[in-house]
Amino acid sequence: MKLLDSLRFRLSTLFGRSRMNRDLEDELRSHIQHRSDDLERSGLSRREAERRARLEFGGEARFAEETKDAAGGTLLDSILQDVRYGLRMLRKSPGFTAVAVLTLALAIGANAVVFGVLNAMILRPLNVADPDSLYAIEHGNDNGFQSYPDYLDLRERNRTFADLAAFNVSQAAIDSGDNPSHAWIVEVSGNYFDALHVQPYLGRLLHSSDEHGPNSAPYIVLGYAYWHSHFQDDRGVVGRVVRLNKNPYTIIGVAPPQFHGTIVFLQPDFYVPLVNEQQLEGADFLNLRGYRWIFDTVGHLKPGVTPAQATADLNSVGAQLEKMYPKDDHGRMTFDLARPNLYGNFLGRPVKAFLTALMLLAAMILLAACANLGNLFAARAADRSRELAMRLALGATRSRVIRQMFTEALLISLLGGALGIWGSIILLNALSTWQPFPRFPLNMPVHPDVRVYAIAVLLSILSGLLFGAAPVRQVFRTQPYEAIKSGSSGILGRRITARDLLLVAQIAICALLVTSSFVALRGLSRSMTTDFGFVPQNVLLVDSTLTMAGYHGDAVLPMQKRMIEAVQSIPGVESVGLIDQAPLIGGGNTSVYFKDDTADLRPSNAAAEGYEYGISPDYLHAARTTLLAGRSFTWQDDLKSPRVAIVNQEFARRVFGSIPAALGHNFKLVDGTRVQVVGVVQNGKYFSLAEDPLPAIFLPLPQYPANETFLVVRSSADPQRLAPAIQSKLRGLDSGLPFYIQTWQAALDGALFPARVATMSLGVLGGMGAVLSISGIFGFAAYSLSRRKRDLGIRIALGAQRKEVLKAALGRSVQVFAFGSVAGLILGLLASRVLALIVYQATPRDPFVLAGVVLTMMFFGILATWIPAQRALSVDPLMLLREE
Amino acid sequence: MAPQTQLLPGTLDLLILRAVSLGPLHGYGILLRIGQISGNALLIEQGALYPGLFRLVRQGLLKASWGTSENNRRAKFYELTVAGRKRLREETENWNRFAAAVGAALAAEPEEA
Repeated sequence: MKLLDSLRFRLSTLFGRSRMNRDLEDELRSHIQHRSDDLERSGLSRREAERRARLEFGGEARFAEETKDAAGGTLLDSILQDVRYGLRMLRKSPGFTAVAVLTLALAIGANAVVFGVLNAMILRPLNVADPDSLYAIEHGNDNGFQSYPDYLDLRERNRTFADLAAFNVSQAAIDSGDNPSHAWIVEVSGNYFDALHVQPYLGRLLHSSDEHGPNSAPYIVLGYAYWHSHFQDDRGVVGRVVRLNKNPYTIIGVAPPQFHGTIVFLQPDFYVPLVNEQQLEGADFLNLRGYRWIFDTVGHLKPGVTPAQATADLNSVGAQLEKMYPKDDHGRMTFDLARPNLYGNFLGRPVKAFLTALMLLAAMILLAACANLGNLFAARAADRSRELAMRLALGATRSRVIRQMFTEALLISLLGGALGIWGSIILLNALSTWQPFPRFPLNMPVHPDVRVYAIAVLLSILSGLLFGAAPVRQVFRTQPYEAIKSGSSGILGRRITARDLLLVAQIAICALLVTSSFVALRGLSRSMTTDFGFVPQNVLLVDSTLTMAGYHGDAVLPMQKRMIEAVQSIPGVESVGLIDQAPLIGGGNTSVYFKDDTADLRPSNAAAEGYEYGISPDYLHAARTTLLAGRSFTWQDDLKSPRVAIVNQEFARRVFGSIPAALGHNFKLVDGTRVQVVGVVQNGKYFSLAEDPLPAIFLPLPQYPANETFLVVRSSADPQRLAPAIQSKLRGLDSGLPFYIQTWQAALDGALFPARVATMSLGVLGGMGAVLSISGIFGFAAYSLSRRKRDLGIRIALGAQRKEVLKAALGRSVQVFAFGSVAGLILGLLASRVLALIVYQATPRDPFVLAGVVLTMMFFGILATWIPAQRALSVDPLMLLREE
Repeated sequence: MAPQTQLLPGTLDLLILRAVSLGPLHGYGILLRIGQISGNALLIEQGALYPGLFRLVRQGLLKASWGTSENNRRAKFYELTVAGRKRLREETENWNRFAAAVGAALAAEPEEA
């Protein structure tokens, strides 16, 4: 009862502020009237009585204030008061406010952006029903890749998945009239949409009942975005027949807008049945148990099944399969579960590592910003010591003064946070529409959501509390009498203060960030100048798939020869080569190889595993891949002549021991074919720039036919100028063949993408760290200078030299800066392991990096202390003495 | 007029509780009642009464309601709650002990120390 009453009283005073004020006024008025009545009775006139009563009562306003305090209902009141006062103080020093708000806006913005990406890539669940129970199956070292028979067996034999769908990412030519165009497609198992619980936006989706063996389901389900952009939202599209790689397919429906498969950054154009793979890929893989080409298999676990149970279940199926098909020994049939969002652990792991590291760095930026602002606040509190003393002397409690300071800090942090969030929204929305590779259907929907805003607001408040706490000790130490008596004499203690430590920490963090960005920059420049094993400059890459234009079997090679000849005839073209998979552009085919004397051809007996490419005779020349020994191919290396191969140095070393030992000798392909080594070429990069040297072999196209066709067109001048001519020549050969022309360097963007992104983001963070360290040391130097002007004036008057003046004025700042920089550099050295996760050959023990960081930090130090130094030298002792 | 004594800190609340224990009173009435029962020996600033009153209401020792005074004016009347009555009893005992102890200490002769 008592509690309730008191609560009601408090609430009513908190919210019914005006009511309470009125109540109190009424009561005080009543008091004075009662007193007046008494005085009147003793013989005074009413007017005189009331005047006396009021006088006797004393300071009405003061008591009203005290009463409100006593009633405890003034929290909101006094907070509003604090806010008003705080805003007034901030307006009074606009420079300070602007610097503080901007600093925080940058730091909060950086955190919001990094968290936004982290949120979209990792934290946000997929936009499918019940994403928590959705898993992809990882298969040993092959990531998600499966063969079709294995997939079917896994689907039929497992007891833990509600349903298991498979999909493969591919490309196709779609022709809805007379405009063959290139499209990114997802080949899906019939149960795909049902397994993911997707409902059609228009028409119907695929079902298992559509599948009746190879090429039995010529149906297309359009992605919403593709329907929107290529069919102009035409609702009559359902039932239309289009040509896919020259085969008729019926559009049966449109997928819902929010659905774009199970990989967050992939936006496929449309979906076609996996069973029609032969028509789409040009070769029949459906019955090959040993060929793992299906990109990923996904499904929901049955209710109540844990991932561990499902893994055990899959592994027992795997063990059965190993026994049933011993000939298709492809290593161990063991499985793991992973989230499908980032294609399992393949991308998931590095992306997570990178984003976590970035998040850490961003948090450090925020910490540095807080240290910076804490310093500013402490300095400001010192400058305001007179004001503080005055307020304390006038009876303000210390807690009230501290609350006032926190209010100011929170005002700044919330303003900064709001600005930072605004900036991050713009940046994240821009990132969401960004297509890093125009050639690929990749983009990242990283629009900010409630979680991002909440984190940003939370960080703002936390940082406000953090840097607001800096001057608290000062407030507690302030003795009103002392402060007013001595004025701002600025006696600087010799001992290390909390402010010094804050600044050292801040400079250290900034130096660490600068170190990281230098490391990343070095990594990028190394990636750019590393030896690819070919020379991408001055080359146009023409990428097409002959299947798309209906070429099969024996028709492929003659067409490829015609293409080479046609492009060769263009003036300005120096040489033209053809390769089935361009290295460093989305991978290539890998296989295992055996020594010539190996009889039992199971993968565990392989001598090497590596990449294999089919090339035309001129490829090595056009790509500028150096032939170290032996000969190149000729068109005479065809099916009528012995099988031959060119291997790289690494292959020769691993399989034969040395280059001379390889030349002229045989090895076996995965199917047992004996192949003779006729040439050895330099090593190259095949999958990623960061890879160690890998074995690779090159086979002559006539003996190793392929539908995938990359023309490597080397020109003597700017290759871009050749593009129109190439286009018209190829159109002239076959107007129905879709192809894509770009420079080889542009095509390598994908390979350089991680290094670029790392450099860009670390560079931005490093830049922010630099700005913070400059402004921090500048603020510190300028402030300590302003407090020691009189001291300096006396020194100058007594004949101190410039050097001594500078030492006295800035010695402490320089010491702090140097100490912080060294600490940051050491931290950077220690952090090299984290950096190595994201940056190519990251090592801060690189002399360039070390020198770069030291020089940069020195430059920043000079920059930051330049103005204070000039000011120190121009101190006029007479002026100062007069001022006092 | 008898010489007036400054209040010891903390005693105002006790006096208010005591004054109100004899029946509901408004603020000015409480002042008069304290003057009356203390023989006008204590000096209380009029305005200082109100922070005390509000504090006691907040602590749940007093409850307040608007009514009409003997002068036929609107006034806020305070009365003891059960908790207030209990507190008054405790504080009175405390005070008596305290006063007796201080009194005894001050009355002690030097040789007894």
